[in-house]
Formats: sequence, C-alpha cells, structure tokens
Amino acid sequence: MNSNDKLTIGGTEFTSRFILGSGKYSHELISAAIERGGAEMITVALRRANTSGDDNILNHIPKGITLLPNTSGARDAKEAIRIARLARELGCGDFIKIEVIRDSKYLLPDNNETIKATEALAKEGFKVMAYMYPDLNVARDLVSAGASSVMPLAAPIGTNMGLATKEFIRILIDEIDVPIIVDAGIGRPSEACQVMEMGADAVMANTAVATAGDIPLMADAFRQAIIAGRQAYLAGLGRVITDKAAASSPLTGFLGE
Amino acid sequence: MQTESITREHDIWEYTPDMDIIETSVLDQVLESKQAYNPDDYTDADIKSVLNKTILSPNDLGALLSPAATPYLETLAQRALQETKKHFGNTRYLFTPLYIANHCDNSCIYCGFNKENDIITRAKLDLDAVERELISISKSGLQEILMLTGESPEYSPIEYIGEAVKLAKKHFNIVGLEIYPANVADYTYLRDCGADFVTVFQETYNPEIYERFHIGGKKRIFPYRFAAQERALKGGMRGVAFASLLGLDHHRKDAYATALHAYLLQRKYPHAEISFSVPRIRPIKGSLDGDFYEVSERDLLQIICAFRIFMPFAGITISSRENKIFRDNVLKIAATKVSAGVDTGIGAHSGESVGDEQFEIDDNRSVSQMKDYLKSAGLEPVMSDYIDAR
Repeated sequence: MNSNDKLTIGGTEFTSRFILGSGKYSHELISAAIERGGAEMITVALRRANTSGDDNILNHIPKGITLLPNTSGARDAKEAIRIARLARELGCGDFIKIEVIRDSKYLLPDNNETIKATEALAKEGFKVMAYMYPDLNVARDLVSAGASSVMPLAAPIGTNMGLATKEFIRILIDEIDVPIIVDAGIGRPSEACQVMEMGADAVMANTAVATAGDIPLMADAFRQAIIAGRQAYLAGLGRVITDKAAASSPLTGFLGE
Repeated sequence: MQTESITREHDIWEYTPDMDIIETSVLDQVLESKQAYNPDDYTDADIKSVLNKTILSPNDLGALLSPAATPYLETLAQRALQETKKHFGNTRYLFTPLYIANHCDNSCIYCGFNKENDIITRAKLDLDAVERELISISKSGLQEILMLTGESPEYSPIEYIGEAVKLAKKHFNIVGLEIYPANVADYTYLRDCGADFVTVFQETYNPEIYERFHIGGKKRIFPYRFAAQERALKGGMRGVAFASLLGLDHHRKDAYATALHAYLLQRKYPHAEISFSVPRIRPIKGSLDGDFYEVSERDLLQIICAFRIFMPFAGITISSRENKIFRDNVLKIAATKVSAGVDTGIGAHSGESVGDEQFEIDDNRSVSQMKDYLKSAGLEPVMSDYIDAR
C-alpha cells in the first residue's frame, strides 16, 4: 500500500480507511477488533460512555486510537449539540459524528437538523463528521456549514443490506470535496471493497462486524477488502465495459481517415 | 385525582370528570382490527409468504401469531435472532423493579394487590426509605430502575411519585415508571422530575373480559387506561411500554392487539421508543379463582418472536416471573432487557420487607449472576445507553 496515500479529516491524517463501530458487541473484543481491522478511528456512542467502571466503553479502547464520539440518541440539533459538548468535556477530543434521528423504526437521519448541528458545532471548533441520507444538496450545505467529512448511509443502520444508495453515493463522491465516508448498512467486506473502488474515502462498519461469528476475523476481512478497493481505485480500473464496438458498419465510419 | 368509588355498576367506557380525554383514533383502530382478527384464518402458504417479507404489515403479524405458524417456531426464532442482531447486536440491558407502595384502589380478580385482598400487608415507603432502597440497589452497578406503585392515587399521589423519581434520578441514569394511568400534565411533571419511560399493562384488549376482571376502581375505565401511553408521549416521555396479561383473553388475540397498539402509536409518534413486556398469569397470594387461558412456553416464545419480527427495533423485556431456562434462551433470541436482583416486596432491598409482593418470581438471580450469564452466552450486559440531552 502506498504509504503516502493518507486520509485527511479535519487536518488529521490517517493511514487506515476503516472506521470501526464499537456499540454492539463485547467490550472485551474491542481491542482485538481494532488491531485486526487496523482501524485508527473508532466510533463511540456517548450514551454508552457516560457510566462508570466496566460498563463505560471508553475504558476498553486502546490508547492512540482516535475517538469518534457520536450523538446517537439525539432527536434534534439542540440535543446533538449538547451531546457533542459533553463529549468534549469527557475528554473525547474534537471529532464528533453527528447523528440526529427522530424515527425509532428505520433510524434514518434527519438531514435538516444535521445541517443545523453541523453549523453550530463547526463554529465551536469541532471536526464534524455528518451522518446523512445521501442527498447532494444536503451534502453541499453540510460542507458550507463546516463539515470535515460527510457520511452517507449505504442502507438503513444495522440492516446489512449493502449498497442500497450506491448511485447517490457515486454522485457525492463526484461532487463533494471533503472525504466521503460510507456509513451504515454495509453488510459484507465485498460491499466495502466496492464503494472504495468507486472512490469513497473510507468505510465505517459496526453491525456487520459486531454480528459476525468471529468478530476480530471479520474486522480483518474488512481491513483487507478496504485496502483492495482503495488500491483498485488508485490503480484506475481497467477495461470493464463490454466491448460492443465491433459493429460491421461503424457509426463513425463516415468521418473517413 | 380524587378517589371515587367505582364499582362493577360503572360503565367501563365512561370517564370520570378528572380524566383527560385526548383526540385519538388508535383505540377504534385497535379494537376493530382485533375484532376482525381470527387466528384460525391463516394457512401454511400465508406463513411462508410472510417469512419472505422484510417489512411486515399488521396482517402479517396476525399470521405469525396464528396456529398455522406454530410448525415454524424454529424458523421464527432464527429470523427473530437475525432481527435482534441487526438492531441490538449482542447487547442486552439490565434493570430492576423497585416497588415503593402496594396500596391499590382497584379490584382486579387476578391480582395480589387487589384492594379486596386482605391477606397481604400493605405498605408505602416514605422518601427516606425510598432513597435507602435506591442506594442499596445502585450498589449492584445497575443504572436503570423501574419504579412501581400499586394503583392508588390516594396513597401514592403524583407528587409522591415525582419526589421518588427525583431521588431515583440521583442514583440512576434511566428511570422507568409503572404506576396508575395519569393525565398529560402529570406525565409532563414526572418527566421533568426525571422519568424516561412509562409502562402500562392493558391486561386485556377485550372490553368484555376487561369488564369482568376489573370489578372496581378507576382501572375499570377501559379507554382511559388504553390511552395512557399516548398521553405519556404527549406529556414528553421518551418511551412507552406495552403489555397484556397473557391468559385473560385468548393470548393470540391479545398479543395481536398489544403489538398493533404499539405499532399505531409508533407511526403517530415516530420518535417514541417502544418496548413490550410479555407477562403470563402466575399464581398470587390470596388470588380469586378465574377462568384463564393456558399460555405455554411454546406459545409465549411464538409471541416474543412475532413481536421481534414485526417490530424489530422494539425492546422486549423478559420478566423474572419466568424461569431461568426460559429467560436465558429468550435472551439469546429476542429479549433485549432483563430484570435482575428482583425483590417485589416493599422495602426488601435495604432491610426487611414491610409489605407483600405482587406476585411470585421464578428467577431470583442477582445482577452479577445475570451479568455472568450474559457474558457466558456471548452477550454484552449494558447498564445504560442513555444520555440526557434535554
């Protein structure tokens, strides 16, 4: 892997393009999953980090790993802002993943409230990573509001349904200049590989790893898939369109030599 | 609310003047749909068709609860497990109930707190005693508590409950309430005191059977109890829990109505956090005899799996009324919340019980025993996943 190929989010450089979730499996397995996944950034739901002792997920994350606290549980911009500030007070750093959800069934993010929260928190110096439903106009507004990256969902959270929003993510990759980190819904390493091949900057996975039979092994599989996809993207995909240009009467034959 | 004498002559549809009446069509929808639901209408082909769907309608729920689905119980359990994993991963939540009073104004034929039941010792903890209980429980490491009273606004007025909630919030991160149904303003007050969740058991969604079993007290007023969750949400509660006491009416029908009730409210209040309890009739001290439907563990598991598949995001609490083996296995499949360190007597956590319990429990494991079990099953015990951002 090209060691100069860095991912830069909010001025911080990362070599790994795999962001790991932490919320749905045993605390004891977090270290192993980070190590095998080669992750340098891990998301932590702040609502799981405000209790004491063994139950506090923060106590299980190895030093040197960048924390990405998220605002899950927030139902509007105001709540997201409060949770972000609390994350900073708890020493979780300046990164914050904005998650505003007011639908308990599909858990789809509220894009409008996410823009509001992004604007307020970017002004306060947070490096905002905005979880969003992939809409080009919203992504542009998030960038204008100061987002350090946008995190479009591939499918509803937790569903492992794969790249349901692929064509919309493709548009964001084309149009948006901050890193595009595909988040939510990715169920298997091959899907992570595919979005990396498309040019996504990184992949975040939680449930797909958390519900695997062997969590560290699945983290390793994601690591390799993400590297493979990235390398394919950097290499430039070869000829993959089917060759149908051999018609006996070429349409452009009239142009002559 | 002032206490009034409501007897078996009182019309179960007639509100008392102090009761909020809210505009809602949910009651009519649930009762009409339940009326039309015949569990025997479904065929093997219906079940197969439902199992191929990813998003289920209420009619699909009806199929999963039907006798036609019983040969598919293993398939239901497998599907339920997948849904549980998607939405909850391996996490399971722990809590304990705290009974602070057992005075009750109601006469419910099947219940140990029944006001006609003079065998049991009545008690109500004063606030100092409540705090002693809270401190004692918090030493277990629990972060969530469910505060319960008998249904007596006279002995346990809203202000008393509110003060108890404030104390609970000092020692716990999440406070649930299982008290008599209250008005919207009461729920707002209790939320402001720190309450997060409200649980109300409708007992049965069959008005005729409801009328027969609830022979006195305000609980007799069926629609007021039915609308409690909606009033709680209007009052600003974060989540609401639903249950029928399985066995009063035919369990398939009551389970159907319970889930439909939750489903319709979630559609109306999409942010609401929904959860279910699935109690069955259990033996109680001094209970009167009644005609109950037998609900087997097989039946109960079918209901739990159907709830999970129909509303995959909803919490399901498994009570200590059930035995250890059943709880352990249901936690692996579909239940997401479990009580531990349970003592339903009044004042039992910090000393001698001064009042009797509502029912007998079948699984008396401590919090640490329950945590050990969850870990041994590859599950992650979670004490709290809530941050108060209000």
